[in-house]
Formats: sequence, C-alpha cells, structure tokens
Amino acid sequence: MKALRLLLFAAGALGLAAAFVGAGRKLPPVGSYAGAYGEVLNAVALGERRATDVVSAVNFDYRGLDTLGEEFILFTSVLAVATILRRQEDEEDEEDEPKWEPRKAPESDAVRTLGGVLVPLMVSFGLYMISHGAVSPGGGFQGGLVLASAPLVVYLCATAKTFLRIAPPGLTRAGESIGAAGYVLIGCLGVLAGKTFLENVLPLGTPGNAWSSGTILFLNLTVGLAVAAGFTELLSVFVEEVLRREA
Amino acid sequence: MTDLLSVLPYAVAGWLLLWGLYGIVTSKNLVHLVICLVVMQSATYVLLLAIGYKSGAVAPVYADMPPGTPAVDPLVQALMLTDIVVEATVAALLLALAVQAHERGGSLDPARLARLKG
Repeated sequence: MKALRLLLFAAGALGLAAAFVGAGRKLPPVGSYAGAYGEVLNAVALGERRATDVVSAVNFDYRGLDTLGEEFILFTSVLAVATILRRQEDEEDEEDEPKWEPRKAPESDAVRTLGGVLVPLMVSFGLYMISHGAVSPGGGFQGGLVLASAPLVVYLCATAKTFLRIAPPGLTRAGESIGAAGYVLIGCLGVLAGKTFLENVLPLGTPGNAWSSGTILFLNLTVGLAVAAGFTELLSVFVEEVLRREA
Repeated sequence: MTDLLSVLPYAVAGWLLLWGLYGIVTSKNLVHLVICLVVMQSATYVLLLAIGYKSGAVAPVYADMPPGTPAVDPLVQALMLTDIVVEATVAALLLALAVQAHERGGSLDPARLARLKG
C-alpha cells in the first residue's frame, strides 16, 4: 500500500518536475526583470499617492479591492475556525473525555519579568507598524499580527483566565467586525465624493509623515484592527477549550 | 557562477514544491501534513520574489532614498503579502479540522481515519 503510494507519487512528481523545468527554461534569468508594472508603480506611487512604501500603496490603493477580498478571506476563516471548534451550549461533555490538570501561572520570575517587558514593546511596535504602513515596510496585516501576539505572551506568563480578561471574546468579535466594516466604509468615501469605490479622496499630506497618503493610512488602521482582533479571537477559541477541560 | 545564481531561486521553488508534496503524500500526522502544505506554498513566495528581482536594485521603499532609484517590483511583493495571509488562514482552518478529526476519530494518522462513521 505504502509502496504503491510512493510509486504513484514518484510518477506524478517526475511529471511535475519535468513540467516545472520546461516552464523554468522560458523564464528570464533572475535579476533581469522585464515586467512593466513594477517600473510604472515605482515611478508614480510617490508623486500620485505620497506613499514612500510602494508595496503598501499597491495593497491599499492600486489593488485596494483585492485587499478587501483578502480581509474577508481572513474574516471568513476566523468565523469558520470558531464555528468548528467552539462547543455549542447543548453539546454534552463526553464522559470518557480526559480532564486536564489546571495549568498554573509560571512561577519563574524570569518568564514573568520578560513578559512584562515584552508586552508593552509588542503593543507599541504593533501600533507603530500599523500607523506607518504607508511610510516604511509594515502595515495593517503585519502590525495586527504583532498586536495579536501580545495577549499570547500574557497567556504564557499568566493563566488562561488572565488571557480572557484582557481580551474578552465580545471585544475581539466587535473589533474584527468594526475593522472589516470600516474598510468598506472608507471605500464608500470615494463613492460619496462622486468618484469610484476605494478611490483615494482624502488629503494626501507630506511623504514620509505618518499622516500622509490619504486613505492608505486609514485602511491600514482598519485592517490592523481586524487582523489583531481576528487572530486574538482564534487564540481565545483555543484558550476557552483549555478552560473547559480544566473545569 | 552567475549562471547558477540566475536559475537557483527557480530551482529552490521547485524543490520546495516537490519536497512539500512528498511530505503530504507520506504524512502520518495531520499537523505534519498542514506544515508540509505550508512548505509547498512557500515555493510561491520564492518564485514571486525571483520574478520581481532586478540586479542591483533595492527594496521599493522611498523613505530614505531619492525618487527614481532603481527598485525591485513592488507588485509581486504585494501579491506575496496576500499569499501569506491566505496561507495563514488556510493553515488555521486545516488545523481546526485536525483538532476535530482527532476528537471524533481518536487519531491524527490519516491512514487510521479512513473509515467514515455516521
């Protein structure tokens, strides 16, 4: 059975490798970039949008609609994980389910002190990345993840109950919804101004300032909120499961 | 040497794709299987970055360099960011399904989960 499976894989992999090599031979050598879009974007993004980070300008302006879709993929996935894992009220605990020993807060001073130092650093760095997405590498997605890791460090340094106290599920769910809806509302500003959806209609400011590039800043803020809240919601689903088994 | 470097990123992408697929095919643990899928998907990052790279060019961030400095393609980097987000959500969803599979089937080995219970 296993040998048959490996044989099938080897045949398929050989075919795939051959197709890959065949396709790769037609690709230009690495380093001799021949695309047109990259050059155009690099030339116009700074002047048109006053965004010094061209990647953010692409994500939140030129391809803003795709990022809306991306944010909703994230939203749907968090919803799906919560639906799959969260226990329904009427679902009975199985009798043979092993109970877990309650996890105590770590007694090590080193762990707790390091956590106390890390959490404020992570929160301020996450907020910095979200708010400076249009200026330097980073943005809503990256900063949101850094923010969402802060409650996880709290969980490592304390107990599951502490995690749920600083990140109550009601709050994270509200944050995720407000973040996702905020993106759409900012997009509607363009329609209200008589232009197209997600058109950059706000004042553009000075390049290099956090307060620059119009809607890119605000879209980054909403995405940061949605990502931070969404991933904290994912973590809290698991933490609730830990608490239930301990009870 | 330059010839090798001009195809090496493509070779790495192909290697990651096939090696991840091998891991999925021979996996004995659903968590391991999800990680192998993540390895497979990282082939797309290498491929996208390789396509957008321009010799001697810098990152497309004009915060500390004059306008007009040659920079690599920002479009493929933006696509890669989308790729990473989608990968993270797919991995989270699959891991949640693995938790459920373990709860209902009592195992994480795909071979032992072959029987359907209704």
